[in-house]
Amino acid sequence: MKLFCIGISHHTANVETRERYAGGCSEDAFRTAARCSEALMLATCNRVEVYAATGQSVATEEVLRELQKCGAGEIENAGAFYHYDGEACVEHLFRVVAGLDSMVIGETEILGQVKKAYERARASGNAGPLLHRVFQRAFRVAKQVRSTTDITRGAVSVGSVAVELAGKIFGDLRERSVLILGAGETSERTARALSSRGVSDIRVSNRSFERAENLAVLVRGRAVTFDQWAAQCREIDILISSTSADEPLLTRELLAPMLRGRADRPLFIIDIAVPRDVAPEVNEMDGVYLYDIDSLQSIAEQSLAMRREQMAAAEKIITDHVADFATRFGGAASRVASLAPGALASES
Amino acid sequence: MDRQLIIASTVCFLVAVAHTVATLRDGVFRPRRFNFFAIVLGFVFQSAFLSVRGHALGRCPITNLFEVFIFLAWSVALIYLAIGPAYRLSLMGAFTAPLVLLIQTFALLAPIDIRHPVRLNVNPWLEFHASMSMIAYGAFALAGVAGVMYLVQERQLKTHQLHSIFYHLPPLTNLFSALTRLLWLGFALYTAGLVSGFFIGEPLPRVKMICAFAVWIFYGTILQSRHLHRLAPKRIAALCILAFSAAVSVLWAINFVSQNRPS
Repeated sequence: MKLFCIGISHHTANVETRERYAGGCSEDAFRTAARCSEALMLATCNRVEVYAATGQSVATEEVLRELQKCGAGEIENAGAFYHYDGEACVEHLFRVVAGLDSMVIGETEILGQVKKAYERARASGNAGPLLHRVFQRAFRVAKQVRSTTDITRGAVSVGSVAVELAGKIFGDLRERSVLILGAGETSERTARALSSRGVSDIRVSNRSFERAENLAVLVRGRAVTFDQWAAQCREIDILISSTSADEPLLTRELLAPMLRGRADRPLFIIDIAVPRDVAPEVNEMDGVYLYDIDSLQSIAEQSLAMRREQMAAAEKIITDHVADFATRFGGAASRVASLAPGALASES
Repeated sequence: MDRQLIIASTVCFLVAVAHTVATLRDGVFRPRRFNFFAIVLGFVFQSAFLSVRGHALGRCPITNLFEVFIFLAWSVALIYLAIGPAYRLSLMGAFTAPLVLLIQTFALLAPIDIRHPVRLNVNPWLEFHASMSMIAYGAFALAGVAGVMYLVQERQLKTHQLHSIFYHLPPLTNLFSALTRLLWLGFALYTAGLVSGFFIGEPLPRVKMICAFAVWIFYGTILQSRHLHRLAPKRIAALCILAFSAAVSVLWAINFVSQNRPS
């Protein structure tokens, strides 16, 4: 019984090519057409892969032909497909599940996607003992990588950095209120990200009240007139500013009276505007945390750099698991098929 | 023999600190159960020491400065074990261990373990007063530790320099509320200890009373400022550290003054 993987990913093909193969072929159809005993299709926005177990060697071209037959259409860019056998396949799967092969290194969404794909294949009877073992081990590897390295640590986009910082200032965001000043796209994304973390009180203020109302509907908030925004600063916890003003709208002098009586209530200001809406000296005030677009981007880059640094540690974990897996089951892949059902539980 | 128990306890706290330093040097700060278990073991040895010494003395072992410092270190570990994990402040152990290590190392190295030639009388009010005050000091120490954690996190947020430890420290508001609770706990225990001092039935030294009330007023003022929102959390955190440093100095002074009147 041989394990192999054939697929394309963001490393080898663009999105147009990837989307042609996503969902084009069912596991049942592929398994029958390619005469494989087990098969699992993994289709995400960044990759389309098939993991399968078969008794004889299978060439990439053969698999592509079967993919074509079972509905993927005319095969183009055959060179974009990669093919891993045995240990290389196991290693590739471990890297994928641990987020090392992702577009954003260390992202964790892939683990959920692989788990779903595995559950689907198991429920339909397409995943058998060999895929069971290798996928259960892959989930263990992903868990170990996440818990013993910092590869998933730190946000890597402006919106998620803002949310992470808000979490580190306020903890629970559900009772917090946000004011969006200026109806820009980044403000909207950041507000949505905060909303996804439970923020329910979102207020939007813009020179054009109509645009404020439109954005308020999108983020399930409420619009306030532009002449009211400064007064709102007394009540809010987070200010997201992205107006096109030429001069800073919020200065130390303007903010100081608003902070009286809220000494133990921090104010987090996210200034995405260029030129900046908030005077930099505001950050020197007690309880005020001001981040402009450069500082947010710099933190996102730091997080990415930290994740890259952690890759070596993650690779080491994967290498160890691949070696262990190969020792326990690799050389005796044929034994897997004859294992008693109870023996499978030891791997999960 | 009982000092060996404190040496063993100190080694446990040293291991916890060394482990933290090693992870920091690797650039990846990762609070693990290892630290927690090292502190638990250290606490067990401290408790064993207090038990052995207490049985030998036939009373609460706070009869000289060495015992006072060990009781203080035990109180710090006790409050951490009782409160730290409950408030999801497990990282507090990484900050608590160095403080306990410092106190115990000092106690072991300084020539302060002077046994009293005569067996001292047992006065329940005196023992209650002393032990309540020492446990209150433990809470104040933990408030200081929470203050250090708050300042470290606040500094990183202000300067936009986020290190590995940033991701493991609790949010500012959580730290501040833990700090406030510890201050209230310490203040309540200290007040109980102070009030019980009037029931001892012996005249209290004036300097000792003044020092004790100075500490009580200092912490009371911090709590009042916090209650009235007069001071920013950063300043409250800094004051907690200052207050504990002052309180420990006063503890030394009190013991010095009452060396002929062991508490």
